[in-house]
Amino acid sequence: MLGFIIQRLLQAIGVMAVMSLIVFCGVYAIGNPIDIVIPPEATQDLRDEVIRRLGLDRPLYEQYFIFIGNLLKGDLGRSFVYNIPVLELIGGRLPATLELVLISVISASVIGVSLGIYAGYRPESLTAKTIMAASVLGFSVPSFWVGLILILTFAVNLGWLPAGGRGATIDIGGIAWSFPTLDGLSHIILPAINLALFKLAMMIRLARAGTREIMLTDTIKFARAAGLSEITILRQHLLKLISIPIITVFGLELGSTLAFAVVTETIFSWPGVGKLIIDSIAVLDRPVMVAYLVLVAFLFVTINFLIDLTFALIDPRVRRGVTS
Amino acid sequence: MTETALSVKNLATHFFTRTGVIKAVDDVSFDLAKGEIMGLVGESGSGKTVTGFSLLGLVDEPGRIVNGSIKLKGKELTTLSNAELRHLRGREISMIFQDPIATLNPVLTIGQQMRLALAAHERITARAAADRSADLLTKVGIPSARARMNAYPHEFSGGMRQRVAIAIALLHRPSVIIADEPTTALDVSIQAQILQQMRGLAAETGTALIWISHDLAVVSSLATKLAVMYAGRIVEQGPTAALLRNPQHPYTAGLIGSLPAMTKAGSPLKQIPGTTPSLLSLPSGCPFAPRCQRATEICQRAPEMVTHGDRGWRCFDPVGQIDEVTS
Amino acid sequence: MNRQDTPLTRFWHEFRENKIAVVALSVVVVLMLLALFASLVSPQNPYDLANLSLMDSRRPPGFVGSGGYIHLLGTDPQGRDLLSAIFYGLRISIQIGLAAGFVSLSIGAALGILAAYKGGRIESLIMRLVDLQLSFPAILLALVIVALLGQGKVQLISALVAAQYAYFARTAYGAAKAEKGKDYIEAAVATPLGSRLVVLRHLVPNCTPPLIVVATVQIANSISLEATLSFLGLGLPVTEPSLGMLISNGFPYMMSGRYWISVYPGIALIILIVAINIVGDQVRDQFNPRLRK
Repeated sequence: MLGFIIQRLLQAIGVMAVMSLIVFCGVYAIGNPIDIVIPPEATQDLRDEVIRRLGLDRPLYEQYFIFIGNLLKGDLGRSFVYNIPVLELIGGRLPATLELVLISVISASVIGVSLGIYAGYRPESLTAKTIMAASVLGFSVPSFWVGLILILTFAVNLGWLPAGGRGATIDIGGIAWSFPTLDGLSHIILPAINLALFKLAMMIRLARAGTREIMLTDTIKFARAAGLSEITILRQHLLKLISIPIITVFGLELGSTLAFAVVTETIFSWPGVGKLIIDSIAVLDRPVMVAYLVLVAFLFVTINFLIDLTFALIDPRVRRGVTS
Repeated sequence: MTETALSVKNLATHFFTRTGVIKAVDDVSFDLAKGEIMGLVGESGSGKTVTGFSLLGLVDEPGRIVNGSIKLKGKELTTLSNAELRHLRGREISMIFQDPIATLNPVLTIGQQMRLALAAHERITARAAADRSADLLTKVGIPSARARMNAYPHEFSGGMRQRVAIAIALLHRPSVIIADEPTTALDVSIQAQILQQMRGLAAETGTALIWISHDLAVVSSLATKLAVMYAGRIVEQGPTAALLRNPQHPYTAGLIGSLPAMTKAGSPLKQIPGTTPSLLSLPSGCPFAPRCQRATEICQRAPEMVTHGDRGWRCFDPVGQIDEVTS
Repeated sequence: MNRQDTPLTRFWHEFRENKIAVVALSVVVVLMLLALFASLVSPQNPYDLANLSLMDSRRPPGFVGSGGYIHLLGTDPQGRDLLSAIFYGLRISIQIGLAAGFVSLSIGAALGILAAYKGGRIESLIMRLVDLQLSFPAILLALVIVALLGQGKVQLISALVAAQYAYFARTAYGAAKAEKGKDYIEAAVATPLGSRLVVLRHLVPNCTPPLIVVATVQIANSISLEATLSFLGLGLPVTEPSLGMLISNGFPYMMSGRYWISVYPGIALIILIVAINIVGDQVRDQFNPRLRK
């Protein structure tokens, strides 16, 4: 088991190294980084001075190593636009995004898997067919459109919920959370629904497909032949067998949800990291772009690592390193 | 007079698909005495597996039992609700499948799966369940049963896994066990061991056994009586020795004749010409007629089962020595 | 079933049984025709600045504009007839979706089959890259590429391709690997036919069904992604509005009740994507052997 962990850890570090390299080169090598920092009418001397100050006159690989060195020290550079350390910039906005993503993901998974299992268990029922039809809409419709409709319906026409922004927050464990407050809750509902929709649809379809497949296997037939009740079969066999593919997708989709938060935050003016990145991309604030992408990569790698770990805990075949 | 464990009369199970009605099982009747081992032989598609499922009431959509009676120790099964059937499954009648790697849940230990099977029919403590499971595992030939109970299915060999499945089937000492090709997926050497084991266990516990197989040779060494199925019907049945020595139905004769053991060394293997008919488009008369050398006009009508004592066959012109049977 | 049934006719027969899928397919066809003949069906050419008059801007549906015809769906902030803009927008969305899909398919399938066929280091290298890419969210990748390369159709398509080729690569790889393991390939390789023929005649046809399934999903995704990027202001230039851009233009006006500017293009977009997905679903179900009893 330990060997497994170490192997995965090394893999993770390797991936991080490669990703940071690609991201860094990609962002800094294309175009001219200096353009947004210096006004166009600046003199050549001023340009040279700034280039030297920012370390952009050094060869690319040297820049990369400096970057990595700083990274490991916790210094992610300074934003070209705001001129404050990127870490501070991102750190300030991160909790808002995390809260949004967590709430969306957890509710989408719980609701999605339950609905999906039902749809797979009784595929011919009207409820199941409705669920499936709705799920097609859920993942076809671009999320920005859903956001628009949500705002139109609930904020503009019905006036029940606010159209944007984050509500009042409470400090729990040193981080500001907004959903425990009523005001905060009313602000987070629409963006959370918006963000959760895609994942919900995915989970429903996945759970349904998995359920249908599993229910047709000999394992279930054998359990039935042994006289196990349907509830026992669902709990002990279906649930445990289906968790493997679901957790895989859960992890992958977590990252994608993080990415889509970008759109949701823009529409609902949610003060998170996503909105920051859109703005940064629009003005080509490269340090922020690089830092954000590296952060996302890091999150991904961590998530994948945790998933691998969870797998090992759930599926005994993985633990011993046995491949089926 | 031995007790009858199972009595099946005119069982018919049809599948209502979009492309037509598949008569997977059509007019099957047989009796099984307590402790008796019966072999149900036939090719794939002959209806033997569906017969097994029908006995348990586990026929999947779009199939269902359309006719017939199944009496388990005198109790009629076809009229029972699913809940009532569930009480009998595993307790009075259970089933073993072909591939144990598919029937055992890979993420649960053997002990856990056995406990689930036990708890399905009685309230039992974890300790008592462990005790009974360990006992039974030892009895089916798994060494260090106690320790092995915490192992997962993939840690066992194929033969061991099947023994576990057998143990689970025996947990509640059912009256009838249906074994659907239980040794087909195993090595030949293990096959012999399992066969021996099952015969011994059946005798010891008084459990009747229906051994479903396509392999006549394997079944005949174990079963005291045989039923041969073709296109959803039993075309011949009777005591094993007598049937093998003096088969009446041309299909049975063909099966016996095509066994490698029956072929003289150096001569070509005999085959039954033609292929099994599609169950969607069965000929109106005897389903074997298209392949039968002896078919005549009379075979345009579906033959009924002709019984003489404990033997029966569906044929207008049987190939064997009838006098031997009727005398 | 008669003997003349080719796999294609059989496929179509089964497809026909799902009424919803047939409706969806017809919708897709209609939309594509509308897009193709946009210049013929539109009352106005929304790209021709000479046609537009700011006096017509932001008018509700049913308004008779300075061109003398009824704006069935209203006008947008630049005075464009929304109906015409939608048709032209559809054309752009479909163009980009198909182009991105086709290029991703070619590149991805080629890489996947190459990796499976060659094996060894080439295989690990390619598949490592693909896996890395698959775990990274498409939208972020597309965002960054578009940001760095600037606006324009080619840049946009490149971004979409970069984000999506990995799905095709993985699918093609899986299918090709499975085929390659089969004995008949080994036999074919042993003959003097040459490896290229083996690949073309055997591996490729067997990878086609799963690739088609992925293609339908990915085309819908491309359209959706492009719309999202346009909505965020990073897609095509303002002069050639795609559906996403139209929606984005109308966003600020939603609060003041001028909903049609965003809603109608949005509906058109949704119908297109949902229809493609329904067709894709049916295709996938038909190709999936495990769901067939």
